[in-house]
Amino acid sequence: MRNVRRWGPGLLLVSPSIVLIAVFVYGLIGWNLKVSLSDWRSAVPTSNWAGLAAYRDLNADLAWSENVHHLLGFTVTFILGALLVGLTLAFLLEKGVRGEGFFRSIYLFPMAVSFIAAGVVWRWLMNPAPGDRSTGLNVVFEKLHAGFLANQWYLGQNWGMSAMAIPAIWALSGYIMALYLAGFRGVPEELREAARMDGASEWRVYRHVVFPHLRPVTLAALIILGHISIKVFDLIVAIGGKQLVTQVPAVYMWILIYDAQDYAKGAAIASLLLLGISVLIIPYLVYTVRSERRAA
Amino acid sequence: MTSTTAVPPAPPVPARTRLRRRGVQRTSASLLKYALLAFFAVLVLMPVYVLVITSVKDVAETDPAHAWSWPTTWTTAAWHQAWDQLSPNLRNSFELVIPATVISTILGSLNGFVLSKWRFPGADVVFTFFLFGMFIPYQAVMIPLTQLFGDINFPEGIPRLIFAHVVYGIPITALIFRGYYASIPEDLMEAARMDRAGMLRTYWSVVLPISAPAFVVCAIWQFTAIWNDFLFAVFIINDPAKWPVTVALNNTTGSFVTPYNLQMSAALLASLPTLVVYIFLGRYFMRGLMAGALKG
Repeated sequence: MRNVRRWGPGLLLVSPSIVLIAVFVYGLIGWNLKVSLSDWRSAVPTSNWAGLAAYRDLNADLAWSENVHHLLGFTVTFILGALLVGLTLAFLLEKGVRGEGFFRSIYLFPMAVSFIAAGVVWRWLMNPAPGDRSTGLNVVFEKLHAGFLANQWYLGQNWGMSAMAIPAIWALSGYIMALYLAGFRGVPEELREAARMDGASEWRVYRHVVFPHLRPVTLAALIILGHISIKVFDLIVAIGGKQLVTQVPAVYMWILIYDAQDYAKGAAIASLLLLGISVLIIPYLVYTVRSERRAA
Repeated sequence: MTSTTAVPPAPPVPARTRLRRRGVQRTSASLLKYALLAFFAVLVLMPVYVLVITSVKDVAETDPAHAWSWPTTWTTAAWHQAWDQLSPNLRNSFELVIPATVISTILGSLNGFVLSKWRFPGADVVFTFFLFGMFIPYQAVMIPLTQLFGDINFPEGIPRLIFAHVVYGIPITALIFRGYYASIPEDLMEAARMDRAGMLRTYWSVVLPISAPAFVVCAIWQFTAIWNDFLFAVFIINDPAKWPVTVALNNTTGSFVTPYNLQMSAALLASLPTLVVYIFLGRYFMRGLMAGALKG
């Protein structure tokens, strides 16, 4: 504390940001929780205590359980797809190929496009309309005499949300590739060389030396994709609009606020989204900060 | 992205036959590699092909029979139409994204500097509290945020959006700059200390002059994120005349009566600014991505 003259100015400089984060992140989260426990169920704001009424409504709401199912289906396909494609691309690039920079920038470019704009073209590509009104991939399947592949895409009964995950995989595989590529490049060449000297085949070098080194990358990728998935909103709005068949919690919350003006129930969904993400993020943050401190 | 990777020269192989066999194997393996890379590149770029060719087609040519075919007549009619519809919103987006990016980048630089080089007791705890704010679903603050803006009579429209992006951009911008400044050698800081330079002097004359790369990374990241944002805009801006381009685009293309050529040209038009930034400054974009993955 003696050195307050030394570190005081730093704290002073950061303090506006600390206050802003305290109020607008933590304060508003608390306020939102309060709204979710209130009786504010119409356009007129009220703030009387209603306990868990909104949560109980949600629990009994068939649309909500549909939402959760949709989100699960989307999440599984999205995470597996993006991990697999990203890892494959990084694997193909990791030893250095001609034009690596070129390929990398192509794979990464979807990150620069908004989900709203990407949704426009993906809605065209995955047009579920029958025959004469169809566009996109179904037309390609017909032309290739593979009409049996033509399907209902995001409106499909069982795999609709998996189709919905395709644009998300398209958008984020490049990012996952970049993460894995950095992971591959972080494996010391001497380790690989030593394994080769011991007579290990190239496959075994990967299996026993390289891939174990990629575990932290996979963890980071899982966390990143998982939290993106829980929050997914724009993409669903752009492709499926407000229809129930593609609805996920974030979209339902929006509908509850704007169309039904059921604020307590909307706030309840928002709190549950936060809970889902906290379970994922907080252990990861603690782990990251700790390992950073250990390294320092 | 123009970085090239040096391919290490192949080690000498003694026997001639072995050389030949391995050579053939290597060539076919690398052919397969390039074929796969090209295949993925085509998949990633397929939506771009659709966007571009459909946007320059005449309405009559956007039917399923011509869905994928090269346009027979090129017309900019749809582009003109898209421009007429979206230009006010493009203007809004620029009025939003420029001040928001500038303010949050400067703020990020100051915060990142203090949190890595002018630390105060508890700086790591503060940083962790910031970071959590990066991952939260913004739905969890949206209802109170709009309510608060109303309560305190915050100027309506774009200013609200600028404020929101600056505040919720504090974590990521601090993260980018903190990571960058951590690589500044302690000697340099020590030299400033010897000169009895205060915090602001040190920042101004030692740190700021070598900060250009971090400023570029951070500005690109914020520009892209804010330009592409849909969630904040759709909740905060009620007046359609003040909508940024993402909301207007979703409104234009969300209707099924909008012809495909207009949908595609509107989506391209709304994405042009971020695409241009990506094409010219892509490698900085990638660095921002890596920072976003924490330690990756």
